[in-house]
Amino acid sequence: MTTRIGVVTFPGSLDDRDACRAVELAGGQPVELWHGDTSLHGVDGVILPGGFSYGDYLRCGAIARFAPVMAALIPAATKGLPVLGICNGFQILCEAHLLPGALTRNAGRRFVARDITIRVENDTSAWTGSYRISQQLRVVLKSGEGAYMADPQTLAGLEASGQILVRYADGNPNGSANDIAGVVSEAGNVAGLMPHPEHAVDELTGPSADGLGFFVSALKAVAQA
Amino acid sequence: MTSTGMARTDTVAAAAAGPDRDQPYAALGLTAGEYARIVEILGRRPTDAELAIYSVMWSEHCSYKSSRQHLRQFGEKAPATDVLLAGIGQNAGVVDIGQGYAVTFKIESHNHPSYVEPFQGAATGVGGIVRDILAMGARPVAVMDALRFGPADAPDTHRVLPGVVSGISFYGNCLGLPNIGGELAFDPCYAGNPLVNALCVGVLRPEDLKLAAATGPGNQVILFGSRTGPDGIGGASVLASASFGGAGEGAKRPSVQVGDPFMEKLLVECCLELYEAGLVVGIQDLGAAGVACATTELAAGGGTGMRVRLDAVPLRDASLGPAEILMSESQERMMAIVTPENVAAFLAICAKWDVLATVIGEVTGTGRLEMTWHGEQVVDIPPGSAADDGPVCDRPARRPDGQDALLAAGPDALLRPQTSAELQADLLLLVGSPDGGDKSWVTEQYDRYVRGDTALAMPHDAGLIRIDEVTGLGVALATDGNGRYCQLDPYAGTQLALAEAYRNVAATGARPLAVTNCLNFGSPEDPAVMWQFTEAVRGLADGCQQLGIPVTGGNVSFYNQTGVAPIQPTPVIGVLGVHQDVRRRVRSGFAEPGLRIVLLGETRAELGGSLWAWLRHGHLGGRPPAVDLEAERLLAAVLVSAIARGLLSAAHDLSDGGLAVALAEACLAGGTGCSVTLPADPAAFLFSESAGRAIVAVRAQAAADFAAACESAGQAATVLGETGGTELAISGPDGASLVAVPLTELTRVHRQALPALFG
Repeated sequence: MTTRIGVVTFPGSLDDRDACRAVELAGGQPVELWHGDTSLHGVDGVILPGGFSYGDYLRCGAIARFAPVMAALIPAATKGLPVLGICNGFQILCEAHLLPGALTRNAGRRFVARDITIRVENDTSAWTGSYRISQQLRVVLKSGEGAYMADPQTLAGLEASGQILVRYADGNPNGSANDIAGVVSEAGNVAGLMPHPEHAVDELTGPSADGLGFFVSALKAVAQA
Repeated sequence: MTSTGMARTDTVAAAAAGPDRDQPYAALGLTAGEYARIVEILGRRPTDAELAIYSVMWSEHCSYKSSRQHLRQFGEKAPATDVLLAGIGQNAGVVDIGQGYAVTFKIESHNHPSYVEPFQGAATGVGGIVRDILAMGARPVAVMDALRFGPADAPDTHRVLPGVVSGISFYGNCLGLPNIGGELAFDPCYAGNPLVNALCVGVLRPEDLKLAAATGPGNQVILFGSRTGPDGIGGASVLASASFGGAGEGAKRPSVQVGDPFMEKLLVECCLELYEAGLVVGIQDLGAAGVACATTELAAGGGTGMRVRLDAVPLRDASLGPAEILMSESQERMMAIVTPENVAAFLAICAKWDVLATVIGEVTGTGRLEMTWHGEQVVDIPPGSAADDGPVCDRPARRPDGQDALLAAGPDALLRPQTSAELQADLLLLVGSPDGGDKSWVTEQYDRYVRGDTALAMPHDAGLIRIDEVTGLGVALATDGNGRYCQLDPYAGTQLALAEAYRNVAATGARPLAVTNCLNFGSPEDPAVMWQFTEAVRGLADGCQQLGIPVTGGNVSFYNQTGVAPIQPTPVIGVLGVHQDVRRRVRSGFAEPGLRIVLLGETRAELGGSLWAWLRHGHLGGRPPAVDLEAERLLAAVLVSAIARGLLSAAHDLSDGGLAVALAEACLAGGTGCSVTLPADPAAFLFSESAGRAIVAVRAQAAADFAAACESAGQAATVLGETGGTELAISGPDGASLVAVPLTELTRVHRQALPALFG
């Protein structure tokens, strides 16, 4: 049976269509989930896509975190459901305390949309299992509030427990602590990425096809579970 | 205290019964003659609300009163075409691109608001053009921006440019539309009058085309989107239709609207779902002149009447009266015509998207636009009198006295670079200038990837969007304009802008299909400006006729002047092309070594109006490069065919800065150096801006085929050299090295142009 990956659309989500396409290219079946859904409709994994949920008013992800679909997602995530938050989705996962830390305004105070290189730091998570440690990936960064921050203790804990998923490898574009571009939960199933792997699944429309591995990894993780 | 002003409401009955009284028509921008005509149409004085409607609808911005009779040429000279599904007069032109798809595109100015309040002015410019596209029944799929500012080192440019760019970034990124290209140019003439022209393109099925027509008496009129507030009241009449300067400036400040891209995103998705469900009979976006414009145009477009309850309009500020509600330019609003039985379903979809929707009236068969305010009639006019039959100003046009002197002061006397050091210095001057330098400082603030269909974006010659994932069908878009050329010769300058956009589209492998335009000029009350305008329009209409591509719509922006000094005439021309398979598109950069570099087209010593003359000598004079549209057609055909056959690895058009800048850009965009030999006088050959030229990088195994293709088409082609190495190396006809710049140095010079000034 084809693995079904849900992609949540909040009001203001923008990269939902791209995330669905990436799931499809990886060989999975994308399932559109709506922010008002109270059930996850039995999907095998969930992606919270990029965008500006609820206009990002108040604070990025702060309102989306209280959407009905999150009430279904949070317990499922704590039970091991693979969940990936990309950009705004990462912000939502932090607001929901499924991931530690927070995303703050870029150090340069400007929106940064650029092709960048990231380095894989963890190749055992549900979302990076098909990569190798130190593998360099060419992906897209596009965010205004993408600087990852956490208190020193949390950062040390993340480093010690291998929860840094990927790091910026060609300069730090936004002032993120320890060059962190993505983190993963202790259990390895909930991941947050500031760069956009779903925009790097095809050489025609992205800087590379390097990002496809995140989606392939999740499908494998589901198959092996 | 809030007051609905009911006690003071001016009604139709009062206007009909009461004696004439002084009305503030002049402050609203109407002339005495125009006011008299309103009285004649109505057979009485207008009410305050009616006066508001006429003042905004008859403003230059909405009525095109100075330009309409000239713009008619676009239709009269239009080449025979079967691709145009909707043309001039609609919100945007619609073109059939085959395979069951149509695209709609338009460019519009938001110049004045962007000077007063750069961030919101530019942001709402994006919002407005996107709603125009949405109103045609299309899904907006990409945006572009053509920007012009005062000198890059002027203090005010540091207020305006960052604000404009972050406004576009904020609105466009939050709306989820890829920004795929545009322009950035600087000139002192734009110091008090920046040009912020926003383009949007959308995709639809031809059968889903929507028109702004209120048909079917009994159908309901629904206003949906944001609440109406006191934003931009009179913006159309006061802001966009008068020059800056003098004491009026402070009073105009509150007239700029404030944008909410999140609401616009909801409105886009909501409208598309409404279209999909077949619930919309007619639709119009609310832009300049707000409810006044939407109601009059819908009723006039449908040949019907309309009854509207103005007190039903949801307000953000309860103190607004009828005239203010009519004129408000609050953003993110649309008006739809819906059959009574579909109203409930319509409102349900709006509720799903958290979009406020309110029935505010109904279509009638009376031929009158009637509006009430708490039961009292405040408007009763024939809608066509406001929407279609506005005043026409036959403005005098006169060639400026100084024009001959300007043409006579050609570039021949300018000192040209002779030595290798001088040539290299001039090349680096251009490549490192704000005009010729890298634009990433701007474009890195824009999302180009969202929606996953961007096959080309900056810094390539044109933006390219995939429409169909299976067949690879796509559309390419480019905008171009050159104020210097148009200052020298507005007729030729406009054709050169058209030719450049046409060439840029072809350089991706797309076949040029249709044209939009944004005509930025000074005050039409100045006969010299009017002459520039009429020449530009004539040039564009003739050019499109010769190239065989129709003008599908556009926008005129007058009054871009501070005091008596108008901007250089700056028509910005957008060309749309259809790409049969975006997977075969080529980029503008040299991406690998061993490619043969061929210059297509003829190079003449044409330095009049050139970037070199301007940057090196501060000189603007003489004639712009010669126009040869037949040569442009040929070049485009050769490019499109060679790209479809897979013969080329790269193609890049030659424009500002000529071959020098084009070679540098191609090296930098692809990360590969090159070695070329100039066949003639180095200075002229490097910096001339002769039109109808492009450089291409031909794959080694395709060199013979490509040469044969050029030969049989009669396309002039000169082999210049080869790609490879890590420097831009140029030698003269005698083989002596003239320029040798390592790419690292070229990159540094190119990239620092904007960051050095803007941080």
